[in-house]
Amino acid sequence: MSVLIFIDTAEGHVKKASLEAICYGAKIAEQLGTSAEGIVLGTVKDDLAPFGKFGVKKIHHLNNELLDHLDAQVYTKVIADIAEKIVAKVIVFSNNVDGKAIAPRLSVRLKAGLVSGAVAMPDISNGFIVKKNVFSGKAFANISVNTDIKIIALNPNAYKTTAGEGTAEIVVVNIPIDPVKVKVTGVNKTSGEVPLTEAEIVVSAGRGMKGPENWGMIEELAKLLHAATACSRPVSDAHWRPHNEHVGQTGTAIAPSLYIAIGISGAIQHLAGVNRSKVIVVINKDPEAPFFKAADYGIVGDAFEVVPKMIEAVKKLKGV
Amino acid sequence: MKILVCISKTPDTTAKIAFTDNNTKFDSTGVQWIINPYDEWYSLVRAIELKESDASTVIQLVTVGSSETDPIIRKALALGGDEAIRVNTDSQDSFYIASQISEVAKQGGYDLIFTGKETIDYNGSSIGGMLAELLNLPYVSLATKFELSGNKAVVTREIDGGEEVCEVELPVVVSCQKGVAEQRIPNMRGIMSARAKPLKVVEPSGVNTLTAISSFELPPAKAGVKLVSPDNVEELIRLLKEEAKVI
Ligand SMILES: Cc1cc2nc3c(=O)[nH]c(=O)nc-3n(C[C@H](O)[C@H](O)[C@H](O)COP(=O)(O)OP(=O)(O)OC[C@H]3O[C@@H](n4cnc5c(N)ncnc54)[C@H](O)[C@@H]3O)c2cc1C
Ligand SMILES: Nc1ncnc2c1ncn2[C@@H]1O[C@H](COP(=O)(O)O)[C@@H](O)[C@H]1O
Repeated sequence: MSVLIFIDTAEGHVKKASLEAICYGAKIAEQLGTSAEGIVLGTVKDDLAPFGKFGVKKIHHLNNELLDHLDAQVYTKVIADIAEKIVAKVIVFSNNVDGKAIAPRLSVRLKAGLVSGAVAMPDISNGFIVKKNVFSGKAFANISVNTDIKIIALNPNAYKTTAGEGTAEIVVVNIPIDPVKVKVTGVNKTSGEVPLTEAEIVVSAGRGMKGPENWGMIEELAKLLHAATACSRPVSDAHWRPHNEHVGQTGTAIAPSLYIAIGISGAIQHLAGVNRSKVIVVINKDPEAPFFKAADYGIVGDAFEVVPKMIEAVKKLKGV
Repeated sequence: MKILVCISKTPDTTAKIAFTDNNTKFDSTGVQWIINPYDEWYSLVRAIELKESDASTVIQLVTVGSSETDPIIRKALALGGDEAIRVNTDSQDSFYIASQISEVAKQGGYDLIFTGKETIDYNGSSIGGMLAELLNLPYVSLATKFELSGNKAVVTREIDGGEEVCEVELPVVVSCQKGVAEQRIPNMRGIMSARAKPLKVVEPSGVNTLTAISSFELPPAKAGVKLVSPDNVEELIRLLKEEAKVI
């Protein structure tokens, strides 16, 4: 018996969200009195053995360049094979783009109950119950998983990574894979920037910024804080910003440690995508803006005056 | 071309979220139900656009739900779509719902199956992938653009920090999000014609569930906002560093 963690990579590097999944899976293994093993598919640039310090004893690696892009059907078959071989009782994914594609398929294939969007450790005192985010961040549900094998897709930023000691044994896997049917023909990375779903800090702005020409200061502040940028829906609808920056109920849901909302009113549909952020800062000239009710810190003031001052203060703090 | 569009109902985005029966059931008193925005705005509208560019296209809608779902599926028919199928059962866990949809899909011989990215009440993002596995079909999730090219689908999908374009032969299951289409408002003609469109009710097949909701919880209330003067922005940065410890 063991816990299997799917470790996903982007351009050959292990994603931050996967580190969280490893630490979470290792903790579950500890609770169950068993060991945690990882699985990596495709070619990697990182040295995998040191990831043992996050708690995995072994990493199964299927080094095949046909797996460098995601075809959930092909991935599912391989992960199921390994899971069966090592008798995995709990399988952990990050609830990121890859996890959302693979975990549901694997759930059907293994007839294993899935909890996607988990936000806490399973409660194994009476059955196997996992807390997940529902109603777009407005509530939680405790889901009881009634199958022998359990699959959990952990929300990004919901579990803290901690590094200890140890190296993982790398097990080279050589199993044939099914023909890839989803063929990737082009990749368009907004390179150099911090991916929104992985960002610790997000600087976000809304219609209060008046127009796309005023985003320079938003980007500068984000850059200084090593943050990702985001926006409200009307801003992306008006093409002031690319649509992948749109957060909220119908955009991306995020849960960074710090969310800074500038010139955003805080409509309920916007909050639905950001209310799981640990700390929320609101900059708005209207003291009645609903966002202040969801905020931890706020400044009632004009963004065009406050943001440049924030930039100065952060520069001073960082000594740049 | 035959398209199946999966339609689910969710509480209106502004609905008050509360629970009854010792926090085991959603309190639907006074709640307005809407079509799940991802299903309505993106997957359904893209299917309608595909029909507009090829009139031989047939669009069928499927929903798993009790008769309470009828107004929602009628509204979806008013936007477009030729007929609807409702699997007459209270929807349970994701596996149960996906299994019911897969039974409908097996009967229909569809070239394309659209789901939304996720339901905004359960936030599973799971039905599409489960359905694809049940039907042994390829799955492209989180699509931001969808085009047809002969017997192939050309889909742009979200990846961490960007997008990628992929090609896949039909039939395929695709989950849709923002970018795939633009929201539409139903017009009078659509609303009138929806009444005449067939809504077939079928009984569910016996399937076990894999999970169950044991209880709900509301998040703890926030302590309240700490306001800093606009003349003292440095203080805000200090608080973020020393008190909140987030920068
Ligand atoms: C079904 C549905 C789904 C939706 N999904 C989403 C979603 O996913 N994400 C989303 O964001 N929205 C969503 N919306 C839209 C949402 O309801 C709001 O309309 C939207 O969030 C408002 O964007 P905003 O705050 O940028 O603009 P506004 O509401 O126009 O607010 C602008 C704010 O900027 C402030 N301001 C103006 N000038 C300044 C200044 N100089 N300095 C400081 N502050 C200033 C104003 O006081 C105001 O509070 C959805 C709506 C519906 C119906
Ligand atoms: N009861 C249902 N009936 C039909 N389709 C559904 C149902 N529930 C979910 N779906 C579809 O599956 C998508 C993803 O749902 P979920 O996995 O619950 O987040 C939704 O956007 C719908 O397209």
